[in-house]
Amino acid sequence: MLWARDLGHAFGAIPALDGITFSLERGQTLAIFGPNGAGKTTLLRVIAGLIRPLRGAAGVDGGRRAIGWIGHQTQLYNHLTVRENLRFWASLYDVPERDVALREDDLLRRLGLARQADQQVRTLSRGQTQRAAIARALMHDPDVLLLDEPFTGLDRLAAEELRGLLGDQAAAGRATVIVTHNVEEGTELATDIAFMRDGRFVAYAPRAGRDAVALTAAYRTAVASG
Amino acid sequence: MADLLRHAWLVTRKDLRLEFRSRTALTSALVFTALVLVVFEHGRDPTAVPTLNLAPSILWVTFSFAAMLALNRAFQAELENQALDGLLLAPISRTSLYWGKLGANLVFVALVQVTGLLLFMLFFNVPVWRVWAPLAAVTALATVGFIAVGTLFSAMVVRTRFAELMLPVLLLPFLLPPLIAAVQVTVPLFAGRPLSEVAGWFRLLAAYDVCFVTLATLLFPFTVTE
Repeated sequence: MLWARDLGHAFGAIPALDGITFSLERGQTLAIFGPNGAGKTTLLRVIAGLIRPLRGAAGVDGGRRAIGWIGHQTQLYNHLTVRENLRFWASLYDVPERDVALREDDLLRRLGLARQADQQVRTLSRGQTQRAAIARALMHDPDVLLLDEPFTGLDRLAAEELRGLLGDQAAAGRATVIVTHNVEEGTELATDIAFMRDGRFVAYAPRAGRDAVALTAAYRTAVASG
Repeated sequence: MADLLRHAWLVTRKDLRLEFRSRTALTSALVFTALVLVVFEHGRDPTAVPTLNLAPSILWVTFSFAAMLALNRAFQAELENQALDGLLLAPISRTSLYWGKLGANLVFVALVQVTGLLLFMLFFNVPVWRVWAPLAAVTALATVGFIAVGTLFSAMVVRTRFAELMLPVLLLPFLLPPLIAAVQVTVPLFAGRPLSEVAGWFRLLAAYDVCFVTLATLLFPFTVTE
């Protein structure tokens, strides 16, 4: 469903990725934890095809059409309404006209944005904007979700809602990669865990029921010792 | 090809909708155009240089700088919330994206030019109506050429720190050929001389457009891929 093989990349003399290899199947969720500058976002951008790696290859079955991206930047246009944004992105993904209204209504209802559908994005709160970004990413019913620090700026309630929604997506069979520097945020969702430092996976294993407390301790050890 | 054009139209329509909602660049371009024409009208001495000799230069200086304002905004909206990443992730060709941006820029600049031309007629009392067809043709040919190059450069510089400074610096050498040709055509047109005198300049403009629209279309994908 999603794979990366011996990825290597650098920005000038600064290494960003070094020998990253993994693959994910349908329904798996990989949470990648690492400090700032570990190369997490670069890895996601390489998988998405936004950056061409200097070494190795990565891809998603179904290509760009199969990817849904949720980041701390919403990729929404502030002067368009939520509905206009959803329709614009759906049209780029060639979502059939008859499905657009159905998906739009369903997502807006599930994300609690039905009343804000015709408001311009710039008038929404941070939490509402992030929920609109999630709707945008799911409009074309992607098979793979790439999540780049999706909890940034969300209050506790909104973060819980997002976790619930992402859990539903995994249950629906989507493969998901979530990158974050905060172990507590992504743990519950993950089937697999990777710790990343200096562009490398310093640990990669199934979560195997470990909770955030156990993982935080393992993360500190792995990232400190490298 | 049909998909390519349809996706380009979606990008154009979105850009125009954003611009008409926010009206930031349109307002500044129109105010700038009016200001330049007023300054030229009051700063010249009609007894020293006949209006018909000066008018073409004034017209094209105004059009060029107004177009520069338009080009500066072309990709700025895509930086807001990193919408550009969303466009690059979407399953549309880079050519669609370029043509979409080019289309929006052309409509935007045409609006400024029509308004500028009306003000020009008002201030300078030049009998534009007598030569409207060839004037429209030379304006269209010259504008397509430098907007094609400008849209490409706008994408190149948008992520740089001094985008608004870099764009005119890069664009100026490429702006000169169509600008010179446009002035060379407009002078005899306003003087009522036959079109056959300027046929060569028309051919030059057409050749410039074919070359640079093709080149810019081919080069654009490299400017937006990291």
